[in-house]
Amino acid sequence: MAGTIENYGRKLEELARAQGLDYYPVQFEEVPDSFMMEVAVYGLPVRMPHWSFGVRYIYQLIQHRMGHSRLFEVVFPGNPGRAYLARGNSVPENTLVVAHVLGHADFSRNNALFQRSQQEVGYRIVDQAAGHARQIGAAMDEHGQERVEKILDAALALEAHIDTFRGLRRERYPEYVEDPAFNDDTFRQRFHQLPGDERPPRQHEPRQRASLPPQPERDLLWFIAQYAPELEGWERDIFLAVREESFYFYPVFACQIMNEGWASYWHARLLREADFIPQSEYLDAIKTHSDVVRPHAADRQASLAINPYHLGFCMWERIIDDLGMEKAMQIRSQDDDFSFIRNYLTEELAEELKLFRFKASKDGAIEVVDRDINALRDAILAPKYNFGAPAIVVRHVETDGTLHLVHEHETDGRGLDVKRAEKVLDYVHRIWRRPVKLETVDGRGEPRVIEAPSA
Amino acid sequence: MEHPSTFAGCSEAGQDWYDLFSRGARDWLRHNEKVRHAVRAKLPEVLANADILGGDRSRTVKVPVRFLEHFRFRLREPDEVDGAGQGDVKPGDQLAAPGQQQGDDGQGEGGNNEGGVQLLLELKIDDIVEWLWEELQLPNLQAKTGVTQDDEYRREGWSRRGVRSRLDRRRSLKESLKRRSVDPQGPAFTDDDLRFRQLVRRRQPATQAVVFFAMDVSSSMRERDRQLAKTFFFWVVEGLRRQYTHLELVFVAHTVKAWEFDESEFFQVRGSGGTVASSAFTLVKDTIAARYDPSRYNIYLFYGSDGENFKDDHDAAEASLREVASRASFVGYVETPASEERALDSETGAIFKTLADAGSPIGAYALTTNESVWDAIRAFFREHVAVESR
Repeated sequence: MAGTIENYGRKLEELARAQGLDYYPVQFEEVPDSFMMEVAVYGLPVRMPHWSFGVRYIYQLIQHRMGHSRLFEVVFPGNPGRAYLARGNSVPENTLVVAHVLGHADFSRNNALFQRSQQEVGYRIVDQAAGHARQIGAAMDEHGQERVEKILDAALALEAHIDTFRGLRRERYPEYVEDPAFNDDTFRQRFHQLPGDERPPRQHEPRQRASLPPQPERDLLWFIAQYAPELEGWERDIFLAVREESFYFYPVFACQIMNEGWASYWHARLLREADFIPQSEYLDAIKTHSDVVRPHAADRQASLAINPYHLGFCMWERIIDDLGMEKAMQIRSQDDDFSFIRNYLTEELAEELKLFRFKASKDGAIEVVDRDINALRDAILAPKYNFGAPAIVVRHVETDGTLHLVHEHETDGRGLDVKRAEKVLDYVHRIWRRPVKLETVDGRGEPRVIEAPSA
Repeated sequence: MEHPSTFAGCSEAGQDWYDLFSRGARDWLRHNEKVRHAVRAKLPEVLANADILGGDRSRTVKVPVRFLEHFRFRLREPDEVDGAGQGDVKPGDQLAAPGQQQGDDGQGEGGNNEGGVQLLLELKIDDIVEWLWEELQLPNLQAKTGVTQDDEYRREGWSRRGVRSRLDRRRSLKESLKRRSVDPQGPAFTDDDLRFRQLVRRRQPATQAVVFFAMDVSSSMRERDRQLAKTFFFWVVEGLRRQYTHLELVFVAHTVKAWEFDESEFFQVRGSGGTVASSAFTLVKDTIAARYDPSRYNIYLFYGSDGENFKDDHDAAEASLREVASRASFVGYVETPASEERALDSETGAIFKTLADAGSPIGAYALTTNESVWDAIRAFFREHVAVESR
């Protein structure tokens, strides 16, 4: 058996390139199942230590023991890409995984969001994350576990609160307001030359400090790292390490349906065309395929979640059938899940896939509502906005150093879970080291201010 | 032309770097450590309802704890959740009836649905007591000095005279060698070589104590009141156990009459009718006279009541309590008042106050909530130390 995967892999690659897939080379490595599980928990093969990963790990372990979850592939984009194959998988299973990974590798090299993220974060995220882990380990040795944990408690809690539009590397805000008199704005000059009232003689005012931040700031990780009044250098480094990893995770999150669908489409297609794979192994691999992309468990009538592998796979099949491969390649380069779902999840496809919208009330009742396509798209995309987190911005830093946050509840449609928000503010307060307050609304839509330390 | 992909480790199954350690297990252990700390800090609350009074000290209690949650900003739970699903259903279909548990579908990591898995933390009672003493910053009690136990014989030094059974062969041989090193021709042993172990009488400070727990079990005492008193009694016993090697417990329950019970029955006892506190104090007084000589025992009395007592009993109760107090190291009164504002401002409270003002070693504590038990315990141990140092 030894080497079979390698042989199949090489031939699959030839096939993939011939089909037009374009990707950085991938370093495949076969690893124990336990390691696969850890990678799934941490999101990266070697990542900073934090107790919260331990909790996820135990849940994963329980799921695994109960047979609910099997991990097939873990792949990290980059140049070279990295992929892990579970040692416990059979050769047909891993053959499928290799083909699947090639699909991902093509996607991450060509998709605009991935490209941008990799240009910013770098092409060796696996090594970079390992570097962060080492750096944080060293900080623990030097400053003690408790202090480092305080930083990570806050930073990881705010993991999703970055601003991908403004990018990873940013300058601090200018400290002073620009003097409008020095503004070269020609309109303004001409305005002042208009006949009429004498212009009041301009006094030379001292330069005015800019308010901080000049406009609402979404990148909480960046803002706190830059402006926390007493943050030490090593503490800032940890914050920024977490932030860098968040920028890496963002495209994975924002393109999940497309990306998994694309990889599933390609593993199915490559295997279908791989005449070097014996019939029996092909059937085993295809069996695995149908397990991965099935819409819901066979013993259930319906599922209250949509399997992104299945949805993406069906959408890509339809796009390639209807619009051709060239157009499909263009879509995989330019879109993300938002545009993908809005543009290509058509009413007839949704109907074919039997997608439906449901309402679950607090008392546990769940009712099927309708199959309205627009509402469906919204329901699929709703959990994906803003990196899946509530929209919270820094409004202002007050003169006493109080950090004033605002929850944009109108964007989110409702207020925050107060109990959790209080805890997060506690985390932040320990790092900001000045009071922290957050505006949101309560269940009746009335304003509600949460403070740390609590008033 | 780009480099081809590589395939590593696909053949050999040797030890690799990732086999050497488990990050997941490491972080899980750290989580558990934090849970222990959290439990420790909240021990009083955690234990308020745990049934751990009395029994074997080496026992453990299992405290169910939730996994710690790493908090994130989240939107409040709406009354209704919109979602997208897939399957063979039609609008209007009811997928779950009200009250039915939702499946695990549709939830990723995190989330409330993590409930259901609980961590059962096993804590040793001994450890708990140790933690509590640190958390509550309780002083260690000193055994009452001046009270002495029976004299005890201890071995101390040697003598040239004695009975055969106490002959110290080793010492005697040593003396013989010393002598013969000066006089090599001398006999092997002489009577002067012999050494006998000597016994002296030493007075030992008493390390015995008896604790009387008296409780009003008349109909006015509610279940909550008993529970509070019980928790208080338990931690008092634990505290005293840290000091006294021999601790005897006597349980007295009373209504208009008083009876002695054993521990297992004591907290089950339910009486009816009115309250005559003097009956309990008199029984305690008589028991001391019959079984616990104040010169040999440190005596403690703790009395739990809701504060009500027959007016007619006032003088009798005060007199009998005074007698007990004169023999006791400390008398504690724990009241479970009907209302917080009127705490200790009761008929029984007045009796204790009169005696305390007169200089008897008395402390009075109001128990209204689970938390107040810890305040009372803290106060008890502090006052006790203060009384001792008088």
